[in-house]
Amino acid sequence: MDMTERKQLAKKRERRKPVLSNNLLRTLNWVLLVVGSLFLLSPIWWMISTSLKPMEEIMQFPPTLLPQEWHWENYVHTWQSAPFTTYAVNTITITLICVVANVFVNSFIAYGFAKIPFPGKNILFTIVLSTMMIPGFVTLIPQYVLFAKLEWLNTYYPLVVPALFGSAFNIFLLRQFFRTIPNEMIEAAKMEGANHFYIWRKIALPLVKPALATVAIFSFNGAWNDFLGPLLYVNDESLYTLQIGLQVFKEQASTQWNYLMAGSLLVLLPVIILFFVFQKYFIKGANITGSSSFDK
Amino acid sequence: MKKKKWWTMGRRESLQGYIFIAPWIIGFLAFTLGPLAFSLYASFTDYNITSRMDFVGLQNYDQLFTGDDLFWTSLYNTLYFVIFSVPLTTMGAIFISMLMNQSLPGMRIFRTIFYLPAVLSGVGVYLLWMQLLDPGTGLVNTVLSWFGINGPNWLFDPDWTKPSLIFMKLWSVGGSMLLYLASMQGISRNLYEAAEIDGAGAWKKFLHITLPLITPVIFFDIITSTIGSFQIFQEAYVMSQNGSGGPASSMLFYNLYMWIKAFQSFDMGYAMAMSWILFVVVLIITLINLKLAPKWVHYEGDDK
Repeated sequence: MDMTERKQLAKKRERRKPVLSNNLLRTLNWVLLVVGSLFLLSPIWWMISTSLKPMEEIMQFPPTLLPQEWHWENYVHTWQSAPFTTYAVNTITITLICVVANVFVNSFIAYGFAKIPFPGKNILFTIVLSTMMIPGFVTLIPQYVLFAKLEWLNTYYPLVVPALFGSAFNIFLLRQFFRTIPNEMIEAAKMEGANHFYIWRKIALPLVKPALATVAIFSFNGAWNDFLGPLLYVNDESLYTLQIGLQVFKEQASTQWNYLMAGSLLVLLPVIILFFVFQKYFIKGANITGSSSFDK
Repeated sequence: MKKKKWWTMGRRESLQGYIFIAPWIIGFLAFTLGPLAFSLYASFTDYNITSRMDFVGLQNYDQLFTGDDLFWTSLYNTLYFVIFSVPLTTMGAIFISMLMNQSLPGMRIFRTIFYLPAVLSGVGVYLLWMQLLDPGTGLVNTVLSWFGINGPNWLFDPDWTKPSLIFMKLWSVGGSMLLYLASMQGISRNLYEAAEIDGAGAWKKFLHITLPLITPVIFFDIITSTIGSFQIFQEAYVMSQNGSGGPASSMLFYNLYMWIKAFQSFDMGYAMAMSWILFVVVLIITLINLKLAPKWVHYEGDDK
């Protein structure tokens, strides 16, 4: 797509938005958005501000909106008061494995559902979708029994092995993208003697790169923020992830809010950075989910 | 001869199809279907993972319905949360996406700001809200005090714990806002122009054009957020005292109670019976939703 085409498309999109004719309403609309934004941002600003205050200043009434002195050493103190470095390394390890497995496996499965005809496909895909409706705890308890019998407790296997077998939401998301690839393209490749493994790897995957990025980012978020899994399966402190470490730190630090906020911010920071860098992929995922509810 | 060859090609392709979806099939059998079957059977036993697994018939279910007050407490708490959080987040998301579906300066920045809280989750967010809602030093009561309001004790007052969690949920309403925005931007401008010629104002246009056309997304959002809200767990586990659902069991949600039964007292048969009751409740609500859908959900092409 060249620039003029892209500009025209943007213009078209702009024109589709309903424009409020009334200037008063437009102003009100804008003011509401500004007020809403301030509301939504205030918790994050409060977290940063609290994390930089000394405890005496936090306790003082009325509270200060900005720290009188900026105590950056709160962050160093927090990081050193628990083995956060170990937690971070553990979390990064699990997250990386899950992201790679999710992107690779789900795109493989989704391609099968999107582009290869085989008997029973529709029924099986309906089952994929209906598994999303099963409350997690229904399978969580028997899965725990299974992993206990396999002697996988206190290891990372329960956290990463299930990721090797795909997840319903990602299969659904990627299938929607693969379906946009014209069948003629795949037929043409088949005529030249290519099998589906070749077509998946050489033709289909490069065409859905943005969707793969979306899945990678959602998986990153999911694995990074996973609390339930490590809470259930990991006991040794040396295996703790950041989420568990933070929870334990909460008990330790009781109401030392400056340290608690510093720790929370450090744990949230990678996700915040990822969000600002790859925002368009986050939004793409939401758009696909939203627009496919029209399919039905 | 030709026909036979066509057959083998088709079959070869089917085989490839099965290979492609094989990981999902294996995973489904090992981590979903197998565990489901085991759990259904075990819910009729006194299974405790180590020594016992005797068939006890309906005893677990009977005990839950007739002899366990905490079961009813947890069900009440969960329904309370679902009944308030689902409509509030749905209406909030629609309202914000309406404001957002305009060409005004700074829209991209607004979208980023409204979406950001929705991508944040986990213990860090819960700790943040514990501080925001802290009665003495938190931001919420500080702001309320500016207006002369003496804020409640939030997470320490049994009457205010669930509203606290709903409040926190509303902060991340931007996630479903994006779904609505995407669908609103797909609505043809011509429809609005035609309505303007007929003299329709902003409210009329919303009521008669926007709202009917986004009903499929509302439907999708209600189904998924209902299923999600029934499963509230982590917030209550982290934000209640010692993860017990206190004060006064006001944050003892269904899943938290199930967790305590399964992994603290290892009453696994009992907990699995609980999980099946939840499954059936969620299933019934989803089916009712599906049944009611044709009455209010508008699908493109319906009226042609």
